[in-house]
Amino acid sequence: MDYPAAYKYTKEHEWIELNGKWGKVGITDYAQNSLGDIVFVDLPKVGSSVEKGKVFGSVESVKAVSDLYSPVSGKVTAVNDDLTASPEKINTDAHGAWIMKVEVSDSADANDLLSKDAYETYIKEETH
Amino acid sequence: MATTPETTEQGSTFTGNRQKVAAHLTQNEPLLFEKSSPGKRGYRLPPLDVPEADAAKLLGDAARTEAPELPELSEIEIIRHFTRLSTWNYAIDLGMYPLGSCTMKYNPRVNEFVSRLEGIAEAHPYQPESLSQGALQVLHTLEKALIEITGMDTITLQPAAGAHGEFTGILLTRAYHESKGNPRRKVLIPDSAHGTNPATAAVCGYQVENLRSNQHGMVDIDQLAKQVDDQTAALMLTNPSTIGVFEAEIHKIADVLHSKGALLYMDGANMNALCGKTRPGDFGVDVMHLNLHKTFSTPHGGGGPGSGPVACKKILEPFLPTPVVRENADGTLRLDYDRPHSVGRVRMFYGNFGMFVRALAYILANGPDGLRQTTEDAVLNANYIRKKLEGYYELPYKTPSMHEVVFSDKKQQARGIKTGDIAKRLIDYGFHPYTVSFPLIVPGALMIEPTESESKEELDLFIDAMQQIAREVEENPLLVLQAPHATRVKRMDETAAARKPILRWKGAPSREPLTVDTAAKEW
Repeated sequence: MDYPAAYKYTKEHEWIELNGKWGKVGITDYAQNSLGDIVFVDLPKVGSSVEKGKVFGSVESVKAVSDLYSPVSGKVTAVNDDLTASPEKINTDAHGAWIMKVEVSDSADANDLLSKDAYETYIKEETH
Repeated sequence: MATTPETTEQGSTFTGNRQKVAAHLTQNEPLLFEKSSPGKRGYRLPPLDVPEADAAKLLGDAARTEAPELPELSEIEIIRHFTRLSTWNYAIDLGMYPLGSCTMKYNPRVNEFVSRLEGIAEAHPYQPESLSQGALQVLHTLEKALIEITGMDTITLQPAAGAHGEFTGILLTRAYHESKGNPRRKVLIPDSAHGTNPATAAVCGYQVENLRSNQHGMVDIDQLAKQVDDQTAALMLTNPSTIGVFEAEIHKIADVLHSKGALLYMDGANMNALCGKTRPGDFGVDVMHLNLHKTFSTPHGGGGPGSGPVACKKILEPFLPTPVVRENADGTLRLDYDRPHSVGRVRMFYGNFGMFVRALAYILANGPDGLRQTTEDAVLNANYIRKKLEGYYELPYKTPSMHEVVFSDKKQQARGIKTGDIAKRLIDYGFHPYTVSFPLIVPGALMIEPTESESKEELDLFIDAMQQIAREVEENPLLVLQAPHATRVKRMDETAAARKPILRWKGAPSREPLTVDTAAKEW
């Protein structure tokens, strides 16, 4: 699977596409593949605050419920309501099916996120 | 011995040789609503011999004017319906559950006999203490036995099950820190933990901090030392862990925590691997719960009920839930409610008393040597399976196994087969599936816990089935991918069931007799 070079990644398998102080967050293809068929996405509330490294929602698959960790701190400006009716979109297009949009409060938050290459190395070790 | 050929798109490839099961009679069975016919009944009431009451007058608007839409059947039809459904189940009385003590385990019949003795079964919790001395003696004796087994100082039997025990244990921890002036903020939890641990900490108002395991699946002590600080209330640790590995340096873990004033909570879910061999109280644990339904052979199935006593060190004694059993000067027993520092009551009366009777029967019937033997047999059985299957399935952690062994589907993934597929194929071989995809630190986990009850013969049947499935994966993967084949219904669409569940019957029972002649017949 192709991991977009324009995205940054977390060790908890979220991706973020940053555009200035605006960020779009989803989970990686590796994450959706290990979770299996996703049946429910617990979205954050628009206007709520998220904290880097802290839980902002969860995804439920036929196997397990997994927490979602925010790659950055900031305020939620939009959530992808499509996922309420069609959670399977994360399975079919993990890197397109964003979960929330955030207004990033500190751009330095992104500094320690993983690049595409670093993330690919990380998941190779993880599956080892 | 039966060999059942199975049809797949690949004809002549390896299709397994099922030793344990052959085709079985499973009758089709419609829903009760579909079998309903108006006027059928399983009872006949005698004529009314008291004045008739006017429901509308007594109940006003709340009085029902129409009968509810319930199915109508005769008694024998109901009996057959539920009996037929029951034959579709797998049961511990039919064979091994590789899920082990987490779900279903053999409970010796003597426990059931004892719990049904009239004086015990008919006792009422509101009997005066003077007439409840026998019941109090059961509680007191069990408490003493569990304190001796765990090496702790004191105990409460109240919590209703394991997660409730965790909740009670962390409440004690919080009360203890509060008494020192600061409840503290966080609880550390290893990534191999049971999911209930972080839930417990959160419900008790703590932040959960994840602790990564090292490459042996154990707590990384250096990492632990970095994360423990004066805001750490406790570490919640399962020992042996969910991958069946004993934390060999548990005493060091306890030292690291105690040096910062934090407590060590042990999730006693896997105490059946330690019972009679080593004692948590001796290796530094401050508070722990036991699952009587896992380690001390009280029932799981049909809703148990469970029982999750919490044992702790003296420092936590003032906070124990009220009441506690105490001895009077004359040797009689009483329930003591005068406990000003108690966290309060966590369960009505004194917990699930019927389970205490069974656990005590089990402990007394076994004695110390019997309990030790039980532990040894559980560990031996798991390691026998490990040895026989390690050439067939990937063993992600090579650390010695205790009462359970965790494989992964890494080898089978190369053929597109996942742990869930292997589990479904196991059904065809006459076994209940093992635990699938847990613990989460092992991707594609196959967790197998045979328990102490299984004979070598049953284990060999299981091993043979698992080895044959490994061969099928190589030679006939479609057979495994489409399993189960020998069941009443083929593989279910679990995803659709979760995404679009149908939770209730929406039609009405038939208003016309199914057969004219049988309608309105009462038996």
